[in-house]
Amino acid sequence: MSAISCRGVCKVFGTGTRRVSALENICLDIDEGEFVTLVGASGCGKSTLLRTVAGLEVHTGGEVCASGSPVLGPDAERAMVFQNYSLYPWLTVMGNIKFPRQLAVHTRNRTSSDVEVASGRADALLHLMGLEQVAEAYPSQLSGGMQQRVAIARALMARPRILLMDEPFGALDAQTREVMHDLILHVCALEGCTVLFVTHDVEEAIYLGKRVVLMAPRPGRIDSTYDVPLPPDRTVEMKHSSQFLSLKSRIVERIRDTSGLRTDLELLQRLAKRAR
Amino acid sequence: MNETALSSQTARRGTSAGVLPGRNDKRRSTSMWVIRGWLTQRIYWALAAVGLIVPLACWTLLTALGSVNRVFLPSPIDVAHRLLTWFSNDDLLGDIGISCFRVVAGWALSALLALPLGLLIGTFRIVQALLEPLTDFVRYMPAVAFIPLVMLWVGIDEGAKVAIIFIGTFFQMVLMVAEDVRRVPMAQIEAAQTLGASRSEVIEKVIIPSSKPALLDTLRITMGWAWTYLVVAELVAANSGLGYAIIKAQRFLQTDKIFAGILLIGAIGLAMDQAFRLLHRLAFPYLYARS
Repeated sequence: MSAISCRGVCKVFGTGTRRVSALENICLDIDEGEFVTLVGASGCGKSTLLRTVAGLEVHTGGEVCASGSPVLGPDAERAMVFQNYSLYPWLTVMGNIKFPRQLAVHTRNRTSSDVEVASGRADALLHLMGLEQVAEAYPSQLSGGMQQRVAIARALMARPRILLMDEPFGALDAQTREVMHDLILHVCALEGCTVLFVTHDVEEAIYLGKRVVLMAPRPGRIDSTYDVPLPPDRTVEMKHSSQFLSLKSRIVERIRDTSGLRTDLELLQRLAKRAR
Repeated sequence: MNETALSSQTARRGTSAGVLPGRNDKRRSTSMWVIRGWLTQRIYWALAAVGLIVPLACWTLLTALGSVNRVFLPSPIDVAHRLLTWFSNDDLLGDIGISCFRVVAGWALSALLALPLGLLIGTFRIVQALLEPLTDFVRYMPAVAFIPLVMLWVGIDEGAKVAIIFIGTFFQMVLMVAEDVRRVPMAQIEAAQTLGASRSEVIEKVIIPSSKPALLDTLRITMGWAWTYLVVAELVAANSGLGYAIIKAQRFLQTDKIFAGILLIGAIGLAMDQAFRLLHRLAFPYLYARS
């Protein structure tokens, strides 16, 4: 049984002449424990697909299943990490990580030993994400990278089976992002959760993903899928391997083709000549 | 950040020091005019004091020269004197007390209703559709014009004064509360949902705590508006209160008392405003935390 399964998923915004098909006939199966990345030109519906799997968007056709049961709304087994602004500024780092414990779903039928386990888990996550030093700080006192570490720790707190990530490192600088890549690979392998990861950065998609799914816009659809020919334990050196680079150029080329946005080099050269 | 601004300033000063002192001074003076620039605490408060003292000095000078008739412009000393006699002979504290009561009662009553209503409008589109256009319509109706209706419906007792202040603040407050609630970032709400929060948990554990600082600011601002409706409210068969005292002083052409009343309302308003700001700092330390 696959962790996530989309069967002919459609999503339509608006009606009449304003009707936009954001997702059209999406078929996608993701195995238990698999790390799949979604890339594509802007407006291809990759975020919409992720949000549909999360249950934050309602699909207008087809079926989305998670762990075998249809997705009807957001659920604690599918935690999501957003690009930013999702932390609670009035809670400390520790307060944010422990936030799920305040919720009824996670307190029902709880014994005292469960409470102990959960408390230990918060400490373990704090340690795992390298946040011990800032446990009592407020999110506003942290850098963007540290804030995203908190957001990931909070998402993992309740042991979700599926982790959905919507460009979580999109607002970070390149150096921080590299650190976060190794961290997230390590943490997800440790937790054994299935990951669906949306990004517009092709390099990030290849480095993190076992599989890269490329989406195309107008209407939003799955264009092609690429199996990443790299061993599961990724290292930074692999980014310079020929397999990595050739896959990268293939994907970048394909995104350019599907986006419908091509720079007319000939025209630019002619204009430059005339200007001279 | 302040340190870097300071050090870059001193560095700039250092390079040109002794070479072109005149130019150097000019640069220093323009650095105060940097857009959204920065001032030392000392300069800030010195300027604030100047802003308060200069008008007072002008006022004193104008009256001391005797060029203006005292009926039009009483001197600060006249006003202070009037305040003193008001305090000793005319129950100033009683007037302040009853006015504060009316303002706070009207404001608290509207807060009591506006907070839950605004929360619902800002959270559920269905309530917004039902109530927001109506509120938008009513808030443009002049509160003053409701006086005859209030007298008809509520009577001329304390209730009437509180009702006028309520009408003046409630409708604005509802819309501001709704806007504060709508400003809660969607990512905060959706994160809670994907962590398993129910609808009521999202409201209780995310929307309310997230909008609290903005709500306190809204309460502070509407408190100011409640004070502006005081004089109007005390037009209705009042025989006490600061607004009433101003209106009565008008009949007897006691300009100094009018001045005293206006200044008192201003001072009380300022004090309440500062109290709210202090409360804000105490209640939301995370907004003032330094990295």
